[in-house]
Amino acid sequence: MSADPILAVHDLSAGYGDFQALFGVNLALPERGLLGLVGANGAGKSTLFKAILGQLPRQREMVTFRGEPIGHLRTEAMLKRGIAVVPEGRRLFRSLSVEENLQMAAERGRKGDWTLDRVYALFPILAEKRSMPSQSLSGGQQQMVAIGRALMANPEVILFDEISLGLAPIVVNDVYAAMPSILGSGISAIVVEQDIERVRRMADHLVCLNEGRVVLSGPTGAFTKAQITTAYFGE
Amino acid sequence: MSKSALRVTLGLILVAVVFASAPAWAGRADLRLYGEFMSYLALAVLWNLLAGYAGLMSVGQQAFVGLGAYVLFIGVVTLGMSPLLTLPVAFVVTGIAAAFFALLLFRLEGAYFAIGTWVAAESVALVFAGIPSLGGGAGMSLPAAAVRGIADSREMREFVIYWLLCGLGIGTLAAAYALIRSKPGLALMALRDNPMAAMSVGVDIKRIRFWTYVLVAALTGVIGAVIFLQKLRVSPQAAFSLPDWTVAVIFIVVIGGIGRLEGAVVGTVVYFVLRELLKDYGVAYLIVLGIVAILVVTFSGGGLWGLVEKHLRWSLMPTHRKRDG
Amino acid sequence: MAYVDAIVQGILLGGLYALFAAGLSLIFGVMRLVNIAHGDFIVLGAYLALITIQMTGLHPFLALIIVVPVMALAGYAIQRGLLNRTLGPNLLPPILVTFGLAVVIQNTLLMGFSTDTRRLAAGSIETASLSLGPISIGWLPLLTFVVAVVLIVGLEQVFYRTAIGRAFRATSDDAETARAMGINTRHVHALAMALSFAVIAIAGVFLAVRSNFDPFSGPARLIYGFEAVIIGGLGSLWGTLAGGVVLGVAQALGAQISPAFQILAGHIVFFVILAVRPRGLFPRMD
Repeated sequence: MSADPILAVHDLSAGYGDFQALFGVNLALPERGLLGLVGANGAGKSTLFKAILGQLPRQREMVTFRGEPIGHLRTEAMLKRGIAVVPEGRRLFRSLSVEENLQMAAERGRKGDWTLDRVYALFPILAEKRSMPSQSLSGGQQQMVAIGRALMANPEVILFDEISLGLAPIVVNDVYAAMPSILGSGISAIVVEQDIERVRRMADHLVCLNEGRVVLSGPTGAFTKAQITTAYFGE
Repeated sequence: MSKSALRVTLGLILVAVVFASAPAWAGRADLRLYGEFMSYLALAVLWNLLAGYAGLMSVGQQAFVGLGAYVLFIGVVTLGMSPLLTLPVAFVVTGIAAAFFALLLFRLEGAYFAIGTWVAAESVALVFAGIPSLGGGAGMSLPAAAVRGIADSREMREFVIYWLLCGLGIGTLAAAYALIRSKPGLALMALRDNPMAAMSVGVDIKRIRFWTYVLVAALTGVIGAVIFLQKLRVSPQAAFSLPDWTVAVIFIVVIGGIGRLEGAVVGTVVYFVLRELLKDYGVAYLIVLGIVAILVVTFSGGGLWGLVEKHLRWSLMPTHRKRDG
Repeated sequence: MAYVDAIVQGILLGGLYALFAAGLSLIFGVMRLVNIAHGDFIVLGAYLALITIQMTGLHPFLALIIVVPVMALAGYAIQRGLLNRTLGPNLLPPILVTFGLAVVIQNTLLMGFSTDTRRLAAGSIETASLSLGPISIGWLPLLTFVVAVVLIVGLEQVFYRTAIGRAFRATSDDAETARAMGINTRHVHALAMALSFAVIAIAGVFLAVRSNFDPFSGPARLIYGFEAVIIGGLGSLWGTLAGGVVLGVAQALGAQISPAFQILAGHIVFFVILAVRPRGLFPRMD
């Protein structure tokens, strides 16, 4: 790895109450990089995001941002630090309109190039539906709102959690079509994705989790498809 | 019978023998206090089943205490029944009233259910206050002749009522213990620990809540009848008193440990000790109880018994935490 | 004619009940919390106004300048210091804690002020009335009703037109995601409680000007407010006003039949609505 990572996880263990879900996970996201996070259901991918964001208890040194420990910060402080999330299942605010959802993170995030106009330019359909209730949109459009909501905070890092979940393949392509513009604006990303082929095409780095442990980690090109599949299923 | 069940049974029998023999060794005032202790123990065990296990936070149990009391007075004064015969009638009548309330109140969730039960109790109190033949707001008394049906001497009557209260207190505790260990009790435990999971393994939450509510109400009615058999006078204000029959009971259970059978016992003891200690300071004991209850809920959900359990586990495995930390 | 008069008075009484209910409805909307001590805080607000008036000689309505911010601060502190700790998947802790607060407030007021009934003197407005043919409308009940309407319009504006209103709704929808979007939900909950307490302060002063109060006047106010919320439909402030009006009319008509029947008539209407329209008259669409 040439440059210092923008976001790194060090020997992170976390879980829910008595149930431990992650065991000594290490991970480093390079500046302006895209890291693909793969693993079977229950491997700990969403748990890792929750731990990074402080939705689960973790310790100060376990998460660093540009080398600085941030593992002691509360969830609501992460956005100001420049870390935003596109949560699994989108989780739009149901009583807010499309535009109100977009404004939500913007008010508490950082100032920058991502504005309402730019998000509407990226996803023109959202401009048409700006005052509709968020729940009235199709799944793909809702996913665009969730992505736009994260962008509006002008983060340096976005955690994408299964943005293809429950969407038709053609819609998934539409959503992922926005990725080059997002990365082009200088944002680094960790993407959780079930479609290993897509991860191989898109990500520069790859981490595979199995039962809460990192079983594969490195530049995407270093692994064959068979190696990834083996790690994925933990054989 | 398992070893622990045997131990509990023997313990309860011992307690029952000690309390039942109290007329032989305790004075009249003490006997009244022990009787009152038993009535609160019974009310606390029942409310704990309702709120702590079935998740039904009722603040309207005074409706059933009052109904039971009025069944006694109507039965004896209006219908000329023997006082003791009215007790099973109180059980049935309050049970049916509870079933009727449940039809409406079970449409309300959580705290709204709580206030709904309160409105129901207020409504019943207003209805009784509005019936002139029952003395309206002033209430009515039990005629001396009718009470003589229990026993001829006043002393013996007091003993009988005391034994009834002991039977209700210890009997309710024993019955609750047996219930928790039975098959429907398992469903109640599952409901207490995790309603969603309980539903997913096939516990019929609605049904179990309904029957818990109805049976608790029916027994509460019997307790109400016996309490007012001792008082010999009833009025809507006394019989449907929120502070006496529900506030005190909630504090007892919360402080002792909600969702734990031992909690009701510990809480009742703490309640009576505090009340006796602070009896020269008016309502101060209620303020102290309120503050203690708030602190207990905020910092130790399991109440005093929860702390005891935690402490015992910790002292049995004293190095456990240090090694992990 | 007596019945027409009763209906008019009942509608106006509904304004007072809407004042009792609005704060309750608001915090339930934001954090699914039901404050069992709501009525007792209304009475606490009335006593705070009483003290303020005794110390400054202000008119009760001017005393609001002091009572509203003091109560709002108290609401913020109670939520931030105490009630936030009780919010979680288990519904019992907040109910039990606010229940404890209710008993503590009642008995502390009793020790401080005895059981004597009090009233705030507001001067000529108390008795002044407006004649509309055979019906006379008191200025005070009319003012109460207008204040309730203005307050509900104001709260609706806050909820649907401001950034803090968006934060209220977002936190109510999904607190975990709201935090990930940078919202300090503990602060938002405390702000909602502060707003509820500001409304409580206004309700307390109007209660104290219109009728006698004592340390135990709270529970009945909680019950009327609660009945207005359920009759109107959860989560809708306009529904809450409608619920207050239905309750007020029911009570006024009940009182026409027999003074002893006033309160019970309100309870009966509440149970009838619960039986035939369990979600209230105007449930929020979602």
